[in-house]
Amino acid sequence: MSKFRKKKKGMPAVNTAALPDIVFMLLFFFMVTTTMRETDLKLEAPRLPSATEVKKLEHKSLVTTIYVGKAKDPKYGTGYNRIQLNDKIATADDVPAFIINSRTKVSEAEIPFMTTSIKADRESNVGTITDIRLKLRDVNALKISYSASKGDGN
Amino acid sequence: MARRENPEINAGSMADIAFLLLIFFLVTTTMNVDSGISKKLSEKPPPDYVPPIVKERNIFEVNLNFRNELQVEGERMEIKDLKEAAKAFIDNGGGEGKVENGVATGPCTYCKGEKSSESSDHPNKAIISVLSDRGTEYGVYLKVQNELLRAYTELRNRLSTERYGISFDELEEAYKSDRENEALKRKVEDIKTAYPQIISDAEPTSSGN
Repeated sequence: MSKFRKKKKGMPAVNTAALPDIVFMLLFFFMVTTTMRETDLKLEAPRLPSATEVKKLEHKSLVTTIYVGKAKDPKYGTGYNRIQLNDKIATADDVPAFIINSRTKVSEAEIPFMTTSIKADRESNVGTITDIRLKLRDVNALKISYSASKGDGN
Repeated sequence: MARRENPEINAGSMADIAFLLLIFFLVTTTMNVDSGISKKLSEKPPPDYVPPIVKERNIFEVNLNFRNELQVEGERMEIKDLKEAAKAFIDNGGGEGKVENGVATGPCTYCKGEKSSESSDHPNKAIISVLSDRGTEYGVYLKVQNELLRAYTELRNRLSTERYGISFDELEEAYKSDRENEALKRKVEDIKTAYPQIISDAEPTSSGN
C-alpha cells in the first residue's frame, strides 16, 4: 500500500522561478540592440544589390540616407526611380537642401566625415543615381556609400 | 486575532509580462548594420578645368549599355571575366610610373603582369573608366563596380602577403583596431599607394530610353 501512496504524490513541479530572470535577460539584450526605424518608408523596401567588397558604415550619426526605389503609392508611378528624402518623395533637385539640413545636426569638425548612404533598389536606373551624385558633388558631400548586402556578388 | 503571515505575492505571471515585452522588442528590432560599397566622389572641377591628357593605353574602358551589356576595351565581355581583365590591366606594369612630388616612381617592380606595351604603364597611372547609360540597371552597375574593386583587393592582398606576410584585409583590420600604430599605418599607406584605386565614372550617355 505504501507503494500507492508514493505514486499519488507525483513528480514535483519544475521550479520556474528563474524563468523571469532568463526572459528579462533576453529582454534587456533586445532593448539595448534595438534601433527604431526613424523614417517610415514611402517606398517599397529597396532590394539591395549584393556585393563582396562591402564596408561597414561607422558612426551612424554621420550617415544620411537617401532611398531610391518604387513608391508604395501608385500615383508616383511604378518605376523604380523615385527618391525619398526624410519621409517624403522628392526629386534630385531637393538633395542639396536635404544634405545641408542634415549638416546642421553635426558639429562643424565632423562635416567632412559625413557619409551619404544611397539605398537604391537593384532595378533602379543609373541615371537617377547619377543625378543624385551630381547634386551631392555640388554641395561637396563627397563620401558616399552604395548600400549593398554582403553576399557572393550574384 | 493574530494576523496571519503575509502570503507571498504570486509572481507566476511576471514571466508572461516579460515575454510580452520581449516579443515586442523582438519584432521592432532591426539589427542590420548598414554596409555598402564606399566611394569618394571627385570634387567639382572649376569651370575652366582642362582634363589632363591620358595615354590611351592607360585607360581601361568599361562600357555598360541600357540593355545591361558589358563592353570592355571595345569587346563584349561577361561580368565574371571582368575581374581578371581588370587585374591584368592594372598589374601590367609596362612602363614608367608617374612622377609623385617630384620623385619618379619608375617602373613597377612588384607587378606580375605581362609588361605589354598595349596595356597600362604602372598601377598608379592605370585609370579605369566606367561609362554607363542612364538606363542601365543599378544592380548591374554595382556588380561591375564590385568586380573592379575585387580586382584591386586581390592585387593589394597579394602584395601585402608578399611584403608583410598578412593579407591587406587583415592589415586594415589590425589598423582599424589600433589607429595609433604608426608602423601599421605606414604599411597600409604603402599598399594603398602601390595599388591606388582609380575608378572614374564618366557622365552617362542617354541613348535607348
